[in-house]
Amino acid sequence: MYVLVSIVKTVIALAVLLTAVAYSVWLERKVVGHMQNRWGPTRVGPFGLLQPLADGVKFLLKEDLTPPYVYKPIYIAAPMIAVVFALTSIAVIPIGNSITLFGVTTPLSIADVNIGLLVVLGITSMGVYGIALAGWSSNSKYSLLGSLRSSAQMVSYEIALGLSLIGVMIMAGSFSLRDIVNAQAGSYWHIIPRWNIFQGQFVAFFIYLMAAFAETNRIPFDLPEAETELVAGYHTEYSAMKFAMFFMAEYANMITVACLASILFLGGWHGPIFGPPLLQSLLPIFWFALRIFGFLFLYIWIRGTLPRFRYDQLMAFGWKFLFPLAIANLIITALVVALKS
Amino acid sequence: MVHLVIFLVFGIVCVAGAVNVLVQTHPINSALSLIAVMVSLAVEYLLLGAEFVAAVQVIIYAGAIMVLFVFVIMLLNAGTEERTSGSRVALIFGMPAMLVGSALVAWVLVQRSGTQSVAVGSLPGDPKTIAWLLFHEFLLPFEVTSVLVLIAIMGAVVLASRPESVQQAKREG
Repeated sequence: MYVLVSIVKTVIALAVLLTAVAYSVWLERKVVGHMQNRWGPTRVGPFGLLQPLADGVKFLLKEDLTPPYVYKPIYIAAPMIAVVFALTSIAVIPIGNSITLFGVTTPLSIADVNIGLLVVLGITSMGVYGIALAGWSSNSKYSLLGSLRSSAQMVSYEIALGLSLIGVMIMAGSFSLRDIVNAQAGSYWHIIPRWNIFQGQFVAFFIYLMAAFAETNRIPFDLPEAETELVAGYHTEYSAMKFAMFFMAEYANMITVACLASILFLGGWHGPIFGPPLLQSLLPIFWFALRIFGFLFLYIWIRGTLPRFRYDQLMAFGWKFLFPLAIANLIITALVVALKS
Repeated sequence: MVHLVIFLVFGIVCVAGAVNVLVQTHPINSALSLIAVMVSLAVEYLLLGAEFVAAVQVIIYAGAIMVLFVFVIMLLNAGTEERTSGSRVALIFGMPAMLVGSALVAWVLVQRSGTQSVAVGSLPGDPKTIAWLLFHEFLLPFEVTSVLVLIAIMGAVVLASRPESVQQAKREG
């Protein structure tokens, strides 16, 4: 029974995640289009809603070109590594308390592990290899420069990212994502929810947000794929489905980062609960999805607003600003928690 | 039973990966094998019940240190290494000596030191236990190690920065 429930949950989570990935591409094209006074996709289906399907078919049918002089085993493996690690981390992310369907009560996550946060960090830190190896094995200078930039950037910002999370861990006293969400239940004076961002972790939230943008190679930190300098960066030499895999990995990472941000700082699935029992068990999922949508919109909004950093600015911002700020936040949080207990 | 099978599979992957690190001629292949070794070691830790050590093994070794290895290999664009025929003395005496030595260590561990085989997953390895050990029982070694690492970082900075005289000569010339 347990195995069967796990398989069903895995299939559902993968289907939802892949659909979300496809439609966040649509959302991005639509929103950026409107910001730039264009329409975005309109031709395929109402509001261009079938555009992701058309794109998928196109990627599958295009010629899969392998340039000469590439290092073939790694050239083929790199997009797979990227997409596998991007999709795996969803396994430990809880999206709600638990649900009872057909007499079976099950927690709303594929795996409920007590070191969930560390598992997510571990999996995302392995995701660098997809990008690094793609650039190296392509045997092209643009790809190599893109992947060098990307690995340097991801290693640098991972430190600030990790340090910004430790404050939240100290406050909840656990690595378990479920415990962290449960620690944020309730509200002050029935108005302000006890989310971590309102409990003095807003600096950590800012650091996390900046570092997460850098980790997912999004504007304004998208130097690994800066079109004006590097053609397309690490995926210059890739075509068809292999190229699409890098795209899927990037958007799946964005969704993971958004999930983590809502769980760690914005109270996870907490929100007003009302109505009949079925609605009561589905509302937390809705509140969680709403937060993720908010984050995805923020990503796109910033993409449509900000220009790209210069490379030395990027490194200086990470090491000289975010890193000391994260350490200061950590020390203050630890002191406050120690004095309170 | 399932745990034991997984343990053995990853043990074999670990040893095979370690051998592959030496056998491969291209540095990037060796580095990738080393990543496989690190990750399978993490799985072994996890099966023994040390989930925190397993996670840290993946985050630090596989996710950070090996990324730097790969980064340096890419940056230097290191090519295939040249093979020498190797020393014959090492082949004749070294290999048997290594086998005898490792067999001896294994025998002593099993027979003489009073260690017992541990059931998979029976050791306490949760974050709280490890934190308690690190910050109470082994506080001094822990802090001394961190100072040692700090000294190593400072040494690296000193070695990497150019001497004052060279910089001055460059400024004037």
